[in-house]
Amino acid sequence: MPKPKLAVYWAASCGGCDIAILDIEAKILDVADFFDLVLWPCAADFKYKDVEALPDKSITLTLFNGAIRSDENLHIARMLREKSVVMVAFGSCASDGCIPGLANLYSLDEIMDYSYKSAPSMESGTKTMPQPKTQVEEGELTIPTLWNTVRTLAQCVDVDYYIPGCPPQSDQIAAVIGAVIDILKNNKPLPPKGTVLGATEKSCCDECPRERNVKKIREFHRPYEIIPDPNICLLEQGIVCCGPATRGGCGAKCVTANMACRGCYGVPPGVRDQGAKMVSAIASVVDSTDPEEIEEIMKGIADPVGTFYRFTLADSFLRRTQK
Amino acid sequence: MSQVTLIIDGKPITVEEGTYLYDAMRELGIEVPAPCRYPFLAPRPVCRLCVCEIYEGEGPSKIVTSCNYPVKNGMVVHTDSQIAKEARKTALINLIQRCAPNRTLAELSLDMDISHPEWGHEHCTCIFCKLCIRACDELVGAHALSFQKMGKDDTTPIKLDAEKCIMCGACAFVCPTEHIKMEDDCDRALSHRDLRLGPNAAITLSFRQAVPNVPRIHAEDCIHFAIGGCEVCSEVCPKECIHYDDQDKIEEFDVGAVIVASGFNDFDPSVMKQYGYGKLPNVVTALEFEKMNNAAGPTGGKIVMENGREPRSIAILHCVGSRDQNHHKYCSRVCCMYSLKFAHLVKEKTDAEVYQFYIDMRAAGKGYEEFYQRILDEGANIIRGKGAEIVGCSRDRCKEGNLLVRCEDTLIGKFREVPVDMVILSTALEARKDAKELAHTLNISTGADGWFIEAHPKLGPVSTTTDGIFLAGVCQGPKDIPDTVAQGGAAAAQAMKLMNSGEVLLDAAYAVIEDSLCSGCRICNGLCPYSAITYDENTKISHVNAAMCKACGTCVAACPSAAISARHFTDDQIYAQLEAILS
Repeated sequence: MPKPKLAVYWAASCGGCDIAILDIEAKILDVADFFDLVLWPCAADFKYKDVEALPDKSITLTLFNGAIRSDENLHIARMLREKSVVMVAFGSCASDGCIPGLANLYSLDEIMDYSYKSAPSMESGTKTMPQPKTQVEEGELTIPTLWNTVRTLAQCVDVDYYIPGCPPQSDQIAAVIGAVIDILKNNKPLPPKGTVLGATEKSCCDECPRERNVKKIREFHRPYEIIPDPNICLLEQGIVCCGPATRGGCGAKCVTANMACRGCYGVPPGVRDQGAKMVSAIASVVDSTDPEEIEEIMKGIADPVGTFYRFTLADSFLRRTQK
Repeated sequence: MSQVTLIIDGKPITVEEGTYLYDAMRELGIEVPAPCRYPFLAPRPVCRLCVCEIYEGEGPSKIVTSCNYPVKNGMVVHTDSQIAKEARKTALINLIQRCAPNRTLAELSLDMDISHPEWGHEHCTCIFCKLCIRACDELVGAHALSFQKMGKDDTTPIKLDAEKCIMCGACAFVCPTEHIKMEDDCDRALSHRDLRLGPNAAITLSFRQAVPNVPRIHAEDCIHFAIGGCEVCSEVCPKECIHYDDQDKIEEFDVGAVIVASGFNDFDPSVMKQYGYGKLPNVVTALEFEKMNNAAGPTGGKIVMENGREPRSIAILHCVGSRDQNHHKYCSRVCCMYSLKFAHLVKEKTDAEVYQFYIDMRAAGKGYEEFYQRILDEGANIIRGKGAEIVGCSRDRCKEGNLLVRCEDTLIGKFREVPVDMVILSTALEARKDAKELAHTLNISTGADGWFIEAHPKLGPVSTTTDGIFLAGVCQGPKDIPDTVAQGGAAAAQAMKLMNSGEVLLDAAYAVIEDSLCSGCRICNGLCPYSAITYDENTKISHVNAAMCKACGTCVAACPSAAISARHFTDDQIYAQLEAILS
């Protein structure tokens, strides 16, 4: 019997998700042993045309990480969707848009202009802009065109399952892969479509070891401004922690390391907009009724969009700014 | 401890070994003078007036100071023998020769047939018994007194360290010759303090009809709690009932309903400097005047001034603190009528003239207008004009006619000054200082003036926005006794209705926390205006008490993990509505 085929792909991503897969240590040998790897650009040299040549639904599992923000991203996503039985949005970029999704706060022109012209790190004078097509002696070279809007995988193709996290925690990846192998080996039923794998049903607070009390916030601090008490809820100490509006499963690693949850595991079940939920929750516990004082307290939160929508802007109700 | 038997003036008595002879004599009812003895200080014979003649075993008699001489078995004591009398007389002459005339020693010399005592000093009545210094050191613990060198013209050998003195008066109390006196700046028969409703001593019975009728220590007035000394009350208590380490205890009760009847505070008129309350004598508040009229009060129901005499004229100032833009804008509602009642009491008990200074006479209510007419007929002077100022106009603060009330009489359009002996300030009713705190505890609300807000002014006048909590009396707003009784009855009936049915009908609309989604972040805990949310320390998740929830949705909006849903208004419903509108 031929081995089931596995594809891992990165679109608009940093590569951290691929590293996280490699980070499952010896279990990677089980993966190699059980699956026939057909595509993994980060780890091995495969050609797109070989994958394109495969019959439809011949890849059993595709772990797709990265957001969709170019024609190339979309092309590969659609191609892998056709070839795969199970399509998994792997990691925060594919699931929620993640950091690339914050590009939706600007137009493509603004981004290109800043990145290639006005950024202080750019050498002045050259102002070279990438061109979609370039004529050279050997012929015409093309590079993929960036979109004005960054999209999640599910906004572009049909997605079966989600594994959240930036990146997903290795122990959770190992557990999911173990479960997949078990299902395939023993012919077990798949979980319902749309299930979030490798995460819990409760919020990050459920795993947080800190002591929690009734919240009354009179002042917000950025992490470098105070040394927080390691045993008390960070939000109570005025550090914006997105844990309450973030799905659990990561093991509360950040808060254990005295750093507030940034929200990478995305929305908890039932929540449609992580940032809106977080804003609503924080607004409820600010301990003042005086509008001017509230204004002053709220000034303590630098970059509210980047704080509350850091990982989910592309998948939120806001999705992008309109000018 | 073993018992010893002795004979005093021919009478046998058995007492415990170690008892002082003086105490054994007192048990038999035999009194000898002992001015330098104070029961709560160890005996230290100075005056030697308590001397007795004693026979112990064989041998001649001895003269001893009975106050510090321990009894012995078989002892025979003569307190009244010739030798004892002579010794006592010699001791008294010694005392007289060192001090100035004073009542204590003068009376004793009369008793001992000294017809012409030769006083040895012109000014100082101190007999150097040291009781004052010892009381200050050993009982009070203030260490404010000491002896100083005294010349012939000095008046006292006692030196006072005014920094350390706490003005307790213990030294004056123990002084046998009234050498030390506590003096008021004028000789008052009655002070404002006596008229207050609160305690006048550090340990008192709450009031005469209190149940249980036991005294209480008021720590803020008590020497023991101030500096750790005294403890005289515990020494005199034969049943050892005084416990200084007793603390307030918090008792918890499970109840079906709560009726809030927390009442009001009396407006403190000392903030209105123009009335001189607390500074001018004989300016009293309505409540203080009420206490003066109490037959069980400090004056036995007599209307008197601080000097103990009956006033010839009394002014009653209405609207002190109420109907006043600077203090309370509302009308306190009860003052007009009780002020008229005061006029009636004054007319009934004294011959004094009564002047009422009022803005508007509010005599609404059954029989009230008629009562007003009756007071007019009784001859009270009714002046329409708010009392503007009270000034003292005599050099002697305690003289009659010292007070001058100034006002504008708006009916005759003239400025008036009325000299009176006494002024009664009809002070405003104001919300209790802790009303906001109580409101927070009970989850009810207060208005701008601090009175608790009823559920509806017409349809729910005794209930509140929180189920099972009802209001009665002035805590909801100024009202007189008939209205208070009526509201109290209504509140009791509402509470009974709730409890008698044994079950409550709840609205189906309330918020629910899904256990499997709640991770106990506690964001919702402080938000519920009805205290319906509790946090379970064991399961580490929060719960909504459906019986208390009013489905306001505050927690639903705040819940960051969508674990709370309002049963009647879910997110899905709202999204569906939005989609329908936008499609």
